[in-house]
Amino acid sequence: MSSDRDTQDEDRADALFHALADRTRRDIMRRVLRGEHSVTTLAAKYDMSFAAVQKHVAVLEKAGLVIKRRTGREQLASGDVAAVRSVASMLGELEDVWRGRIGRMDELLALDTPAPPTL
Amino acid sequence: MPVTDVTPDIDNRTLTITADFAAPVERVFQVYADPRQLERIWGPPTHPATVVDHDLNPGGRVNYFMTGPEGEKFYGTWLVESVDAPKGFAFDDAFTDDAFAINADLPVSKNVFAFSEYQGGTRAVYTSTYATAEGLQQVLDMGVVEGASGAINQIDTLLAG
Repeated sequence: MSSDRDTQDEDRADALFHALADRTRRDIMRRVLRGEHSVTTLAAKYDMSFAAVQKHVAVLEKAGLVIKRRTGREQLASGDVAAVRSVASMLGELEDVWRGRIGRMDELLALDTPAPPTL
Repeated sequence: MPVTDVTPDIDNRTLTITADFAAPVERVFQVYADPRQLERIWGPPTHPATVVDHDLNPGGRVNYFMTGPEGEKFYGTWLVESVDAPKGFAFDDAFTDDAFAINADLPVSKNVFAFSEYQGGTRAVYTSTYATAEGLQQVLDMGVVEGASGAINQIDTLLAG
């Protein structure tokens, strides 16, 4: 059960790292974190084709950093999920701390003689 | 591995850890009730804890500091809210100055530790909640905890940029 969870976490971390390892995608993230942008508006900011920008947005979307919705013919991208993801990562770190504490609890309890000292 | 479940609750910034120990409930509670045992498990190996004052009773305080690899000290306190020995206790964990006066600028975490009998041993459920995501980040940034990863910093930079 924990190994499935570990694999899931690793996959998520991979997607996150991959998505953020690109300069254009980081720039897109900064924009969509400030508010919803249409992909067309975003594309106008970069010296590359609309299709290329759309691909970058798709990578961010796949990593869960961007949410896209459609209104009419426009695709609108927003980045508030990134905040949620960062909290997920932070909780992951906190989890490490707790695993450490519990591991040491186990070691401490293993040292016990059958009659623990009274308080 | 004694950790049997980890449940992060992103919306509420809560982490719930369930662990099973091969020891009676009383024995597990005693780790927290005994300052010398508590300091062996509270700080990460890189930041061992020293418990200075220990009053694990409602309204009581447990004052401690952790010592980093460079000798830097991080002071903190538990504000004990309730105790139901040996079934558990609840407290706020706050940062303090070196006289154990609470630093209101730093995040406080709410903690509930619950111990129950389970298959001849003890099941422990640890719930830790931060008021804000920023608070959680701030705690991690302080280096009090081990293993701060580049991922967090990357995202943080993004959010700030």
